[in-house]
Amino acid sequence: MLRIAGNKLGARGFTSPFLKPAGLTLRSYSSSAKQMTVREALNSALDEEMSADHNVFLMGEEVGEYQGAYKVSKGLMQKFGPQRVVDTPITEAGFTGIGVGAAFYGLRPVVEFMTFNFAMQAMDHIINSAAKTNYMSSGNINVPIVFRGPNGAAAGVGAQHSQCYAAWYGSCPGLKVLVPYSSEDARGLLKAAIRDPDPVVFLENELLYGEAFPVSAEVFDSGFCIPIGKAKIEREGKHVTITSFSKMVGFSLKAAEILAKDGIDAEVINLRSIRPLDRTTINASVRKTNRLVTVEEGFPQHGVGAEICTSIVEDSFGYLDAPVERIAGADVPMPYAANLERMALPQVEDIVRAAKRACYRSLPAAATA
Amino acid sequence: MAHLTRRTADLLKPFSVALSSMRLLTTTSTTPITVETSLPFTGHKIDPPSRSVETTPQELMTFFRDMALMRRMEIAADSLYKAKLIRGFCHLYDGQEAVAVGMEAAITKKDCIITAYRDHCIFLGRGGTLLECFSELMGRKDGCSKGKGGSMHFYKKDSGFYGGHGIVGAQIPLGCGLAFAQKYSKDENVTFALYGDGAANQGQLFEALNMAALWDLPAILVCENNHYGMGTAEWRAAKSPAYYKRGDYVPGLKVDGMDVFAVKQACKFSKEHALKNGPIILEMDTYRYHGHSMSDPGSTYRTRDEISGVRQERDPIERIRKLVLSHDLATEKELKDIEKEVRKNVDEAIAQAKESPMPEPSELFTNVYVKGYGVESFGADRKELRAVLP
Repeated sequence: MLRIAGNKLGARGFTSPFLKPAGLTLRSYSSSAKQMTVREALNSALDEEMSADHNVFLMGEEVGEYQGAYKVSKGLMQKFGPQRVVDTPITEAGFTGIGVGAAFYGLRPVVEFMTFNFAMQAMDHIINSAAKTNYMSSGNINVPIVFRGPNGAAAGVGAQHSQCYAAWYGSCPGLKVLVPYSSEDARGLLKAAIRDPDPVVFLENELLYGEAFPVSAEVFDSGFCIPIGKAKIEREGKHVTITSFSKMVGFSLKAAEILAKDGIDAEVINLRSIRPLDRTTINASVRKTNRLVTVEEGFPQHGVGAEICTSIVEDSFGYLDAPVERIAGADVPMPYAANLERMALPQVEDIVRAAKRACYRSLPAAATA
Repeated sequence: MAHLTRRTADLLKPFSVALSSMRLLTTTSTTPITVETSLPFTGHKIDPPSRSVETTPQELMTFFRDMALMRRMEIAADSLYKAKLIRGFCHLYDGQEAVAVGMEAAITKKDCIITAYRDHCIFLGRGGTLLECFSELMGRKDGCSKGKGGSMHFYKKDSGFYGGHGIVGAQIPLGCGLAFAQKYSKDENVTFALYGDGAANQGQLFEALNMAALWDLPAILVCENNHYGMGTAEWRAAKSPAYYKRGDYVPGLKVDGMDVFAVKQACKFSKEHALKNGPIILEMDTYRYHGHSMSDPGSTYRTRDEISGVRQERDPIERIRKLVLSHDLATEKELKDIEKEVRKNVDEAIAQAKESPMPEPSELFTNVYVKGYGVESFGADRKELRAVLP
């Protein structure tokens, strides 16, 4: 019987022909599907990209000795040393500017924000120093930097720690904005982001870090990248298109299961990329289903759903059989009390209800006077 | 009396080339001369360098010519702005030339410089041409940023010039980032991050300085203290206008920024310090003759007497003129000829820049990204104007 030398992970029926990245611990107990948590996906992507290119380095609060505030950078400082995994003081404006300056010079920084709420202190550097420089310099200076960290609501962290910034960053030319959902997304998109020559805002989700997803063998390859700017159809359907990103993809998939029981076949799109927005895939889907529900966690006004709706109106108006429905976070700062917090965020039943409305299966909600 | 001959052909070449090929055919052209700076340096937590600075006749003449060129360029920009050929913002540097020229004399193009929006002369010092300057100011395709940046966004990465930044104070963390990258790459070079007395109060300066000191970055923070942050005098903006001391645990040096030799000495000293010991702050005591920008007459918050007083007592070009004459390196007439020639170069560059066309409409959509992945971008009416980003 062939035994792979050095295989210390125990007896497994399946042996992957692909090289496994160092530092990646797999929880795989079955031979048929490998599981990977989002945290493992991000950690392995960082590890591999830092191994492959000496110019890549990580900086942020607690990324080094603390092993990462959410353990995403676990083991990296031990492996790469403190010059390449840099613990910063709690000074977002300063260290983001330093990261952007290093990118001007030609390094490839990955700047971690403990959450994107804190990145507001660094907004000038993200937009004015990073996003616009390639344009203002007419290509003389490009900025190959990644800004990453948790975005959106966690659980019970209150108003100042729960905002979703996808719409804000998504409106800025010069930035790329990525929103991974699954482990495959996290790994492939982070690798693509680090290799990208432009500034990328990489919006993760704290509640997804611990979630495990089945991944195919190719995901483990050190060259595995997902193209930037392409959405993924997570579930094909005929009757209504549901667009979503990050955590809401999971909710939308659950909603689709519930809708299926009522004979509504929903197509769930995982946007993966807010900027560039894959208008082609979204429009093609709506031209097929004729109905659209946009789902996001962030504030509704001027949100991602508003942009998607307008895109459909502009390019596929004649194909709509119902008004576009929009599910978003409540138009209030995030409350702390558990019941109010639940009301402030989209729930599966909200998505189901909106999809039914789009399919004319329920009475329209009473309009406020 | 030393007679100087110059090849007139050289004078029509781009600025930087003409400089290097201009030869002083005197036997003393590279003979060292020792000059004393006008004032001693004042140190904060550091022993200041000596007031005696070594120079050569060649360097003296180069200083004169370089500063005269910068002066003439800025004055010409003033006229172009008033003729409405330059639009938007135009922040002029005349009076502050010694900082740009003295700094260049102490460093190489592998060292980095980053500054704010008063950047025309720094760009020139880094090797930019007059044509690139004037074309950019007028928004033409021969500009250093192809007309898409404007006055505040000149860059020249291959000579270590990283801009050209419009947000007050932002360039300081960026400059510390350049220093971080130099140290990371083991380059043995330094970064000079220039800022004004207005920016000296910015929080991000102290954030970046803390990290630079913590990590021993080869960063030199240079406060070009022209005593006015826009219209606000330093004593009205800063509780402590001793900017060279504001680094607290970071050493600092106060320098007469109108004396090109003091600037050169301080920059040389700082480069050595930064490579061994981490960041240092230089405060250049300088002055701008123009207002903050072309929309500011510069006289509502300071007296005309003050401006003319500085011009008479401390003008950097006049200082060099006196030195050149006192060392018999050139006659008055020869110096005037250099100024005439500089004026001619500037006029020719402006004429050429005026001929440069505006950018093609398709340039609206270029350089948004390095890699656009074929994504679409839109004009004001997206049904009318859209483009694919390559």
